[in-house]
Amino acid sequence: MARPNRVVIAKAGLDGHDRGARIVARALRDAGFEVIYTGLFQTPEMIVKVALEEDADAIGLSILSGAHMHLFRRLLELLRAEGLGHVVVFGGGIIPDVDREALVAEGVGEIFTPGASLDVITSWLRARLEPTDATAAQR
Amino acid sequence: MSSTSGSRRRFAESLRAWQEQNAARLVPGQVDTRTASGLEIAPLYTPADLPLDSALPDGLGDWYRERLGFPGEAPFTRGPQPGMYRERPWVMGMYSGRASPAETNRRIRSLLERGQKGFSVALDLPTQVGLDSDHPLALGEVGRVGVPIDTLRDMQDLLAGIPLDQVRQIRTTANAIGPIALALFVAGAESQGHSAKSFKVMFQNDVLKEYVARGTWIFPPARGLRFSVDVVEYCAQELPNWEPIEFCGYHIRDSGSTAVQEVALALSNGIAYIDEALSRGLSIDQFAHSIFLFLAADLDLFEEVAKFRAARRIWCRLIGEHYGAKHAESCALNIFCYTLGSALTAQEPLNNVARVAYEALAAALGGVQTLATSSYDEALGLPSDEAVRTSLRTQQILAFETGVTRTADPLGGAFYVEYLTDRIEESILAYMKRVEEQGGGLAAIESGWVRREIEEEAYRKQRRIEEGQQAVVGVNRFAESGEARYAAMPAVGADTEAEQLERLARVRAERDAARVVGTLAEVRRAASEGRNTVPSILDAIRAYASVGEITNELASVWGRHQQRI
Repeated sequence: MARPNRVVIAKAGLDGHDRGARIVARALRDAGFEVIYTGLFQTPEMIVKVALEEDADAIGLSILSGAHMHLFRRLLELLRAEGLGHVVVFGGGIIPDVDREALVAEGVGEIFTPGASLDVITSWLRARLEPTDATAAQR
Repeated sequence: MSSTSGSRRRFAESLRAWQEQNAARLVPGQVDTRTASGLEIAPLYTPADLPLDSALPDGLGDWYRERLGFPGEAPFTRGPQPGMYRERPWVMGMYSGRASPAETNRRIRSLLERGQKGFSVALDLPTQVGLDSDHPLALGEVGRVGVPIDTLRDMQDLLAGIPLDQVRQIRTTANAIGPIALALFVAGAESQGHSAKSFKVMFQNDVLKEYVARGTWIFPPARGLRFSVDVVEYCAQELPNWEPIEFCGYHIRDSGSTAVQEVALALSNGIAYIDEALSRGLSIDQFAHSIFLFLAADLDLFEEVAKFRAARRIWCRLIGEHYGAKHAESCALNIFCYTLGSALTAQEPLNNVARVAYEALAAALGGVQTLATSSYDEALGLPSDEAVRTSLRTQQILAFETGVTRTADPLGGAFYVEYLTDRIEESILAYMKRVEEQGGGLAAIESGWVRREIEEEAYRKQRRIEEGQQAVVGVNRFAESGEARYAAMPAVGADTEAEQLERLARVRAERDAARVVGTLAEVRRAASEGRNTVPSILDAIRAYASVGEITNELASVWGRHQQRI
């Protein structure tokens, strides 16, 4: 039987406001995901290390400090370098529309802004991680 | 009948005594004491104003004096000063954003020229967690949410030409670096030729709530606690008019707690600070008067009003009875209030103007001393100038157009409000007891209990909103399909960061290196011997040691906090 999908929820940078990250972590757990919350002050390097060790299927990054462009790009770059390009990256925070569109074009799965419902986030992630018929056959 | 008239007589006598004693403070000042229809409004209304034919009902006067009291008298339910806003309106806080020390200096000077009596210094995140601007983790964060302060040189630029002796209050967000911030202000003022005694600084300096809510910590909680108390002890002895600590409920609330948890956890942490200060030989009356309670104002109007009133009553009992304070002013709680950021919505942001106005109304009806209001576009990014101005105007309309300042505690005596104040008070006390059963504020934080409690409540609230049990207009009620628009953020001054790195490098090159090494060694000695660190940090700051270097010395003795998930 397939194991539950594993998600790393991370806070990057020096911003310490993690109410949103913790609520999303809890909601994903309730929805049947295995969730690893990294805690505060993570660098992209630290987050990728956790994803590697935990064999994560997805990484959710919460950023409210405004440093999102640098942090998401660095995270994607490191994941590719480690051969983890398949890991779904999503995000949450106060992210300007223009930045969100740019990041999605560069490979971030989705970015959820304040007001996004927990159900929307969990169903989006479930859909993204659901094995297609082709991949399911190989498991 | 005789006991009834006795009660009435006793009450009338105490009211008269209060009026006579405070006559000078009940003069209306700038407040227009007439209603729009021309009715004259008194500074205070009490059971004596009820339209009862002959006598106060038995016990009403005694109930009033025990549970409410007159404003400025125990138990301070009706406010800490006799005349309340007739004496002076609440202090209006102003948003203070990011900038370099020199830009911040220009803004402060222009505020003071326009008649503001105080200003706040918001520090950037690297400074708040004791990292110099050239630390790898500071990359991209320098000058982003406040001003970077690496060394005394930055403080000198920040304070240059500011008439500190004419400033009523300077506020700063320093928490984990409390004693370092204190040293920066003292040394910065000195080098401008001002004695630190000629002005006052109000520090947030409540590190305990950082471990559960705001996240700017450095040392393990027990060490952080003692470091914060170094500021309390130093101010009590050297700078008695400074305000060394605010017991913060706001950030706990903004992390998702209820109003009851907000006050209970702030006070439980407060008890930990007070016990530590007393264990150093201070007396409660040396510092209790200088403490503020920092609370949020949310939208549940009457519960918020009841919360502020209950908090003052609990404080009076705590400081007066439990700690045995002798001075009345130790028992009179001053409240700093900020409208709750998390109550704002990104959808239809103009609705937030109304939300902030109701929250501000709750604060004024609750009798707070300082009020800061949020800007309506905060949920979308950094506030625009227009939104910042509207937020200040909201307070000015409240203070000068609505008449809330005419009489003290306008809702006092309302059946509903008194009932709610009693229930909230009981609930806060019961929750404080639960914290005590966990071993007190510090132990409850160390074990993760507080964090779990807040998280549980935040999740419950989010679920209630999503299931529609708690209405949020424009989000889950009367929502229109329009999506929130998030405007681009102004580019962060890459200039600010580069400039700051250059300044720091210059200071490091020009200072007397031997003096830096010597003073830092003394900081380390003070830390390992368990002495108050402020004097040694002050010497290091005067020698141009940086915030990061001082923090590293302390961490080499105390270690750094490892977050438990």
